[in-house]
Amino acid sequence: MNDITIIGGGLVGGTMALGLAQNGFSVTIIDAHKKGSQTKRAFDGRSYALAQATIRMFTVLGLWADLHANAQPILQVKASDGRAGQGPAPWHLHFDHDDLGEGPMGFMVEDRFVRLALSNALNTTPNITQTFGHTVTAQDGGVITLDNGTHIQANLIIGCDGRQSSTAQRAGIKRRVTNYHQTALVCAIDHDLPHNGIAHQFFMPEGPLAILPLPGNRSSIVWSDQTDRAKAINDLPDAEYLEFLRPRFGDFLGDISLTGARFTYPLTLTVASEMTAARMALAGDAAQGVHPIAGQGLNLGLRDVATLVEVVTRAKRRGEDFGAADVLQRYADWRSFDRTTLTTATDGFNRLFSNDNALLRPLRDFGMAAVSAAPNLRRAFMREAAGMSGDIPHLLQGKAL
Amino acid sequence: MTTNTVDPAEIAKFQAMADEWWDPNGKFKPLHHLNPCRLDYITRQIEAEFDRDLTQPSPFSGLRILDIGCGGGLLSEPMARLGADVVGADAADRNLPIARLHAEQSGLTIDYRHTTAEAMAADGEQFDVVLNMEVVEHVADPLAYLTACQQLLKPGGMMICSTLNRTAKSFVFAIVGAEYVMRWLPKGTHEWDKFIKPDELFELLTGAQLSPVDRRGMVLNPVRWEWQLSERDLSVNYVTTSLKPKA
Repeated sequence: MNDITIIGGGLVGGTMALGLAQNGFSVTIIDAHKKGSQTKRAFDGRSYALAQATIRMFTVLGLWADLHANAQPILQVKASDGRAGQGPAPWHLHFDHDDLGEGPMGFMVEDRFVRLALSNALNTTPNITQTFGHTVTAQDGGVITLDNGTHIQANLIIGCDGRQSSTAQRAGIKRRVTNYHQTALVCAIDHDLPHNGIAHQFFMPEGPLAILPLPGNRSSIVWSDQTDRAKAINDLPDAEYLEFLRPRFGDFLGDISLTGARFTYPLTLTVASEMTAARMALAGDAAQGVHPIAGQGLNLGLRDVATLVEVVTRAKRRGEDFGAADVLQRYADWRSFDRTTLTTATDGFNRLFSNDNALLRPLRDFGMAAVSAAPNLRRAFMREAAGMSGDIPHLLQGKAL
Repeated sequence: MTTNTVDPAEIAKFQAMADEWWDPNGKFKPLHHLNPCRLDYITRQIEAEFDRDLTQPSPFSGLRILDIGCGGGLLSEPMARLGADVVGADAADRNLPIARLHAEQSGLTIDYRHTTAEAMAADGEQFDVVLNMEVVEHVADPLAYLTACQQLLKPGGMMICSTLNRTAKSFVFAIVGAEYVMRWLPKGTHEWDKFIKPDELFELLTGAQLSPVDRRGMVLNPVRWEWQLSERDLSVNYVTTSLKPKA
């Protein structure tokens, strides 16, 4: 008996499957990718900033033991306003993990290690069936049809199929898409000097630049620019690409060179109007794809996972029909506050910071100084970024269900 | 069910009624809203008393459970889903076709009967668990009724009984609030002077040869808009557990 079908075998879908299977559900994952295509051995330049709450959840799910050795703790975050060639503004935000009092603020982990740990766990956990290289052509009340004509029945379908979720479309769920006309350039660099576990965020007029520490003398870079300019920069050969990066970057890490591939991500905010439909729920980017400005996309998606796993597990244990509308409504209700706050806040954050408006620049410098000077406000900021505020699902507290 | 002899128009009518009964935002919304809280209490009491584990598949298998006043099956279905052998009894025959239809569509086997606790006791039926939820405040002779429920239990069996307290607050909430202001329930669903205080219920249970072992309030949290169990506040809705002595 297949209890739940998960459409999309990425990090959110895979973690969802693991959490559900560990709580007694039989799960089928439908992944459009070929088997093994997501678990390459070499570093490809992509990495994630995992919040403390995410680490706690990974610990309960048994993933963290595999990841820990390859993770770089983030000990401090420095955020400042800046212009290429001018260096940071006199006021800046400084977050230190000592303020939080709960260990590092988060960990940087390369994409390949997360995928490998997840893949190993999925392959060895009972009650998980993985279907690779197939897409869904139809869905109706828990039954899906694959492109090879196979029907798969379940009590609940979970769409973890990303920003353009076909699962949501087939259920008639509309999306609100905000295009920032900006594109994030993502790469990893080697540098001469140690980063000391410090993450930097520079708010440049062109768009924010994040420097996130990886194990060794390496950092992950996320910088944003207007889409046409970003595209032009990305088309440049490595040496010229670096010439664009260096003046924004400064020289505090010594000489830099590229390692791994370069990626681009158009910056859009996409929010599904509903998180659920009949026998269907959305999670991760399928529910809301946020601007990756604060590295919150994956962490937010995993909060969906922790919440849905808890809601359906509790329903199942009290004998309820866990795919019924009132059960799914509990998931949507529980997520609504966090989802609204974060999508609105991320949007506002970007609009405030990604410009060179003469009026806004002093305003944000003042705002940063104010936050920096008020320890309680700063701690609240950090707790939110670390996923520790609000009514928190068990998995995010590091507790089993 | 002898579905092949039933009038299709009748089926359509029952389908509409079943849809209405089971619509979480429909006519029985308050009951749907209260249900997770009741189920949490019931499942945990059974888990503890019969040494079961709710994290395992079919945790209630082998248990025979009677749901008195089963209505559309809001409690019977979860018990069956947890593996119990369930009899749902209702004195009103109007709800039974609805309950049967919905159970069939949910793929559950439940023995729904148009009968009363007294009639089943007279037939010598016995159960491990009797669910007696929001019924006792509606019966004419509570002690006689609870005595019949006691007879329906096997030695060592458990009865879970919920009702409404007779307080000023319950008058305001259950009668004025739920029936008149919010229109959650039809007017006249409740008669406040038939409500029973927890100590009175414990006395009745003891009089029916049962040992009351637990009582909890069920309280609507106005911020989360969610029913929660409370150890202290039994002023409106409350639920009790009692045991029949082992032989």
